[in-house]
Amino acid sequence: MPGAFDEMTLPDGSSRPGYEFLDSWLKATPPDLLALRRAEAELLFRRIGITFAVYGNTDAEERIIPFDIIPRILTKPEWTRLSRGLEQRVRALNAFLTDIYSEGEILKAGIVPPDLIYRNPYYRPEMAGLKLPYNSYIQIAGIDVVRVDADDFYVLEDNARTSSGVSYMLENREVMMRIFPDLFAEHRVAPVENYPEELLATLKSVAPPTAPEDPTVALLTPGPYNSAYYEHSFLADKLGIELVEGRDLLIRDNAVWMRTTEGPKRIDVLYRRLDDDFLDPLTFRPDSALGVPGLMNAYRAGNITLANAVGTGVADDKAVYSYMPDIVRFYFGEEPVLKNVPTWRCREADSLAYVLEHLHELVVKEVAGSGGYGMLIGPAADKKTRAAFAEKIKADPDNFIAQPTLALSTSPTFVDSGIAPRHVDLRPFVLSGADKIRIVPGGLTRVALKEGSLVVNSSQGGGTKDTWVLDQ
Amino acid sequence: MLSRTADSLFWLSRYLERADNTARIIDAASRLVAMPISYAGESNEWESALAAAGALEAFKQLYKEADRDSVIDFLAFSSLNSSSIKSCLETARNNARAVRTALTSEMWEAINAGWLDIKRYDGTKMDRPKLNEFLTRVKEACLRFDGSAYRTMLRNDVYYFSRLGVYLERADNTARILDVKYHVLLPAEAGIGGGLDYFQWSSILRSVSALTAYRWVYRESLKPWLIADLLILNEQMPRSLASCYANLSSYLDALSAAYGRQGASQRTARSIRTRLQNSRIDDVFQEIGLHEFLTDFIAENGRLGGAINAQYLV
Amino acid sequence: MRLRVFHETAYTYETPANSAIQTLRLTPRGHDGQFIVNWRIDIDHDCRLASTTDPFGNTVHAFTVDGPLDKLIITAEGEIETQDMTGVLRGQVERFPATVFLRETALTASDTAIRDMANDVATRSADRLDLLHLLMGEIAGRMHFDTARTDSGTSAIEAFSIGKGVCQDFAHVLIASARHLGIPARYVGGYLFREDGISKQEAGHAWAEALVDGLGWVGFDPANNLSPTDGYIRVAAGLDYLGAAPIRGTRYGGGGESLSVRVSVTEADQPNR
Repeated sequence: MPGAFDEMTLPDGSSRPGYEFLDSWLKATPPDLLALRRAEAELLFRRIGITFAVYGNTDAEERIIPFDIIPRILTKPEWTRLSRGLEQRVRALNAFLTDIYSEGEILKAGIVPPDLIYRNPYYRPEMAGLKLPYNSYIQIAGIDVVRVDADDFYVLEDNARTSSGVSYMLENREVMMRIFPDLFAEHRVAPVENYPEELLATLKSVAPPTAPEDPTVALLTPGPYNSAYYEHSFLADKLGIELVEGRDLLIRDNAVWMRTTEGPKRIDVLYRRLDDDFLDPLTFRPDSALGVPGLMNAYRAGNITLANAVGTGVADDKAVYSYMPDIVRFYFGEEPVLKNVPTWRCREADSLAYVLEHLHELVVKEVAGSGGYGMLIGPAADKKTRAAFAEKIKADPDNFIAQPTLALSTSPTFVDSGIAPRHVDLRPFVLSGADKIRIVPGGLTRVALKEGSLVVNSSQGGGTKDTWVLDQ
Repeated sequence: MLSRTADSLFWLSRYLERADNTARIIDAASRLVAMPISYAGESNEWESALAAAGALEAFKQLYKEADRDSVIDFLAFSSLNSSSIKSCLETARNNARAVRTALTSEMWEAINAGWLDIKRYDGTKMDRPKLNEFLTRVKEACLRFDGSAYRTMLRNDVYYFSRLGVYLERADNTARILDVKYHVLLPAEAGIGGGLDYFQWSSILRSVSALTAYRWVYRESLKPWLIADLLILNEQMPRSLASCYANLSSYLDALSAAYGRQGASQRTARSIRTRLQNSRIDDVFQEIGLHEFLTDFIAENGRLGGAINAQYLV
Repeated sequence: MRLRVFHETAYTYETPANSAIQTLRLTPRGHDGQFIVNWRIDIDHDCRLASTTDPFGNTVHAFTVDGPLDKLIITAEGEIETQDMTGVLRGQVERFPATVFLRETALTASDTAIRDMANDVATRSADRLDLLHLLMGEIAGRMHFDTARTDSGTSAIEAFSIGKGVCQDFAHVLIASARHLGIPARYVGGYLFREDGISKQEAGHAWAEALVDGLGWVGFDPANNLSPTDGYIRVAAGLDYLGAAPIRGTRYGGGGESLSVRVSVTEADQPNR
């Protein structure tokens, strides 16, 4: 996109704060050396990738998500503002969920339409009236943010269910430190390696008040055939907790136990990477073989903490997203630090009419969609595609929202033609415990490797970068 | 440790041990039928091989007659036989994948490479050289896994459970091989003697890789009661029942020490081990009867498996 | 009417199960049309029966039993004093805003066939109560009672397309069509005293409730084409069958499970017929 904000280079060709060294280093480094380093990095990932293939469905080697060796840099002041905004955002999401599952003040006040919540597929009536310890619903959030200029960050999506990708953040850093020790010597890069410890501290902090002082935490996975299984086993390993499947757990007297060689062992906190629908066949989908029969009974009895809580998905619905600035103001009486992308809700007749008329300049998304699927990028689509999409919107307007196409910032990226700007986003991981909010400085930067492309999803040709937050 | 992890480790070892054992049975049977003396009408070595592998009944549901090709196919390759060598290796590899983080990378590579190697054989045109090559590769894969486990694993419950699987399976296998051939070891028949018996006896030893061991231990010609003594009561002999139970009780004791608690598994293993220690081979032959002794042992060994399962694996 | 209910659910296992876990919605709550004289739940094994109230206001019992189990028998029985309220539910605390009962669930989703039928009936009356009676009559006329064609997992769409089903399916179709017309509706599980004198039944009964302005929640039983009378005992309500199912459970280990259900509803002062 012409005129997009470049994070390294100013229009006059000079480099922006934080990028000075990298810029001159890149200019001084011959491309074949970069290519060599990239090959090295790929080898390292392949070695890790062996583990990916292990868990694959077949013997075929699994695709490795492309990794760009040029780091993306954020200065300390930029990060400070961003993390303050993230913290505010996650507090607001938790306040909102606490409210809609109890009194529903924000609905009564007419800020958010009750229909949008109560008829939302991700709203769980089973959670109504349940008082969660510390009013903590979202312990782990991956908030997708983008920047369009030097000053502003926009939130693109609040991933409030089971957001993934943190294993890439950790491994990207590991690989970068091995191939570019000299660059790390020149920059004071804030560490991300403590993420597992911070995650464990967060999970322990939200244990039921009746749990022992050192609560037992386990990670619940759908199993080896899940596409994120590698991340599940990676995290369980780093946290030093058991990686359990539904069949490893049993409910006895409304408490959760895992079957171990030393007899049943009580679990206090379950970091679950299994969707609501599959958690408990006695409450949700009766055909789920992945879940734990009776888990919701134990949950409602207050004997287990599920992280994230059941029913958080209603908060990352894209139509609910559009109310986030109002939600922040309603609960805290303050202005949101992070901006929201202006959003037209097709459920409203005026907006629908506007969207249908301006399809060529808008991005249209399904309210519950993710992963870059089910969306239309108006400016990039041809007339026929737009017309077909218009029919889809008209058939079910409630299901769509539209946003202007943002000029996502670009970051220098090593591609076939050399070093070139490519559009990026950022998914920082926000850990929200009973005691405090923890954000490791950095996150997962996703980069659209195709020239001009705005789609960063790995399923659609995106890659990743290491994200450096400078500590000075 | 999760019971599911322990269960996967235990069965991973059992399946590999079973594959290794079946390979030796096929090897011994194919040597025996190649001997110059005709056994027609006496006994069907291929049927004996099936019985020794505990697969006779399953085989008979699929085939009418046990001949070389059908037995080799069933014992080594058939996907209809969950204990065929190929099935065993596939199950073992799937188990390994499920507990990947409990294994060392050497163990994973050993089992994964072993499986990929064995997978290439589809069982067609298994002439003598090709069969030999296949059986050698199976034995090597098992050795490699066992060796990497021995050299790289922490000595904790993960290791203990994988060892328990090895020795429980091995005890069962050795007892079955002996039981299938018990009649050729009986004194009455030994008198009939001659070359036939010699081949049968050496074949038994060969199927547990003990021919050389016999000579080192007894330093005399093959005697049926000494063969039985070696494979049942001699603790030095790694495939003997006594050795298996020395190991089983020591690993079960290590588990109970680690967990601070003991149960039916420890009691059962100790009582079987004591019985083996107190037995003399003459009594086994003259008072109890070899066949009765072995049948009883196989049942007791099965009970120990059940006790381990109930105490740790579910 | 004073009614006596006996409801026995018996599981038998050919291979004994190691343990079982069950969630029960088997306990009626009182409202203006029904007074619970006495009620008890009995499990034939030692266990702790924990009682809670779910967000819809149903009394829920949950329990786990350790085996080996070759059978498991759950009994609910008691006496209820009922009054004919002409189908109107009064004296019951409502915990959710009505809009929750417009949610679509897998079992109560509608397709064009159901929507066309509902739209067609909607043209015949502007009065909501009247419209709901017409809708009930339409469904009662179009669907035939048949215990062989559907099971507890059959959706409204499937049942309506084959035009057959049991009371659960009739109720689902009514709920699906009402919700399509913007009328909050829900599923009710309970018992029915049969006027024809048959007291021994193989299952409980099920019907629907819909919200009518000015009246509140009103019951509609499309399988019998009438609104609940004093022969109806209301036990649990939810968005669909799954939310009001009398028993949801599972077992660990074992096999060869078979289930038999016995229900009898009699007048309390009459001997069993």
